[in-house]
Amino acid sequence: MEFLSQVINGLGIGSIYALVALGYSMVYGIVQLINFAHGDIIMVGAYAVFVILVMMNLPLWLAVLGSILFCGIAGVVIERVAYHRLLVHDAPRISLLITAIGVSIFLQNLYQLLFGSDPKSMPKMFTFAPLQLGGIQLTSSTIINISVSVVMMAGLQLLVSKMKIGKAMRATSEDAGAAKLMGINTNTTIAFTFGIGSALAAVGAVLYCNTYPQIKPVMGGLLGLKAFVAAVLGGIGSIPGAMLGGYLLGVAESMTNAYISSNLTDAVVFGILIIVLLVKPTGLLGKNTREKV
Amino acid sequence: MGVMLSVKNLDVYYGSIHAIKNISFEVQEGEIVTLIGANGAGKTTTLHSISGLVKPKSGEITFCGSNLMAIEPHKIIRLGLAQVPEGRRIFAKMTVQENLEMGAYIRNDGGTIEKDYERIFERLPRLKERRRQIAGTLSGGEQQMLAIGRALMCNPKMLLLDEPSMGLSPLLVGEIFEIIQDVNKTGMTVLLVEQNAKKALEIANHAYVLETGSIAMEGEADELANNEKVRKAYLGG
Ligand SMILES: Nc1ncnc2c1ncn2[C@@H]1O[C@H](COP(=O)(O)OP(=O)(O)O)[C@@H](O)[C@H]1O
Ligand SMILES: [Mg+2]
Repeated sequence: MEFLSQVINGLGIGSIYALVALGYSMVYGIVQLINFAHGDIIMVGAYAVFVILVMMNLPLWLAVLGSILFCGIAGVVIERVAYHRLLVHDAPRISLLITAIGVSIFLQNLYQLLFGSDPKSMPKMFTFAPLQLGGIQLTSSTIINISVSVVMMAGLQLLVSKMKIGKAMRATSEDAGAAKLMGINTNTTIAFTFGIGSALAAVGAVLYCNTYPQIKPVMGGLLGLKAFVAAVLGGIGSIPGAMLGGYLLGVAESMTNAYISSNLTDAVVFGILIIVLLVKPTGLLGKNTREKV
Repeated sequence: MGVMLSVKNLDVYYGSIHAIKNISFEVQEGEIVTLIGANGAGKTTTLHSISGLVKPKSGEITFCGSNLMAIEPHKIIRLGLAQVPEGRRIFAKMTVQENLEMGAYIRNDGGTIEKDYERIFERLPRLKERRRQIAGTLSGGEQQMLAIGRALMCNPKMLLLDEPSMGLSPLLVGEIFEIIQDVNKTGMTVLLVEQNAKKALEIANHAYVLETGSIAMEGEADELANNEKVRKAYLGG
């Protein structure tokens, strides 16, 4: 029973990693960029919730919606301002990577300037009494995290497989030149991908705020790195892979905390990454071949 | 009948490589015009200049009165100019059906699109059986048919084809060329780029010979097929 509740706790935390991992994976899939600033979007989303909910004292639903919208727009703006010209001119990947790190540092400094570097405490947002399920106690945040992440993943899967913009995203990620020949505006499609990825990170931020009571300008660093590990673990570019990677990471963390030592959590996380990549370099659900015909 | 596509004094560079050197040519409405040349002659560069995938240094490209060099690449197909790119470049991870949908991306007329799938499948029956299959699993010939079908889905006025015979068996090349002829008979103007000069000259009306970025010869296709120099250089004697 203890074991099972650790698994479920892990899935709850993993849900946050999974939502953030989706953004890494989608952006990588379409422009082969590891967007290191993506982790900081969670921070931006968390502060948006803080501003609307605590500072402006507005209703919760407005804080959630506002944060998602704000991050979606921030994602598009970051793509336009920081990456767009590099992508259009086919700059070396390393320039893009350095730019991404620059954007990450910029966001952290900007938020330190705006809000100070001290942590801000968040009020509890969504709470209900824990559920008892056959001897296992499920906290409200665990239930919310898992259900929200599953719904988001299903929605995203639907978008990508059924909707016109989703198909344009897949076509652009496979062959941007051929996509242009079909009349797809690849620039808008790429910007849209950044927007969706960032909006999902904002959902992750809301869940984070609901799970942990504190936010600070550098919170996106390790969180983003772990979500990136989750994306690579699952197979970067794969939507189900990002989810799987996120859940696995969460469970591994919660197990290490419970049965080994909380000091070793991060070591275990990165250890798992190294082992998986040694055995399967493309990640758990990554495709082995990138067929170029 | 009139000039549908005209290329004038086109110059294209890749860095310091002068890939296309001041070429001019025309395609008349309703014709099949072929641009033949050896590997590296600049055929693909010419097509990519037309569709905007490479930026020419100078020159003029006009299609149905529009200046293509002033139009973003993704908008060119909206003028009725579709391309079957070199190496097919189908979306390998998408299904056959989805590839055709991408071909119809610019259209919003849901009902008629359905009819057009049927029309394409009638012309390319092999695709119909494989409608739900992942396109990457198709054979080379089927992929080429899919690339052609995909280009036809936007109901273009003109089709640009870049070496559709590449890597195919003679039997399949024959089949693909028959499809091109068929499509042309329904009124579609065709610009066919080929290394396979023999087959291309058989079905074309007019032909241009491209050699290291310049047009070395031009003329009626049957005349060029009988020209001594062309026979020696491109038709194996
Ligand atoms: N992306 C590129 N960068 C640099 N040189 C290129 C590039 N693409 C083609 N070239 C060069 O331009 C010339 C014409 O190439 P291309 O148009 O592909 O010829 P073809 O299609 O007739 O085989 C060749 O010398 C080729 O090496
Ligand atoms: Mg070529």
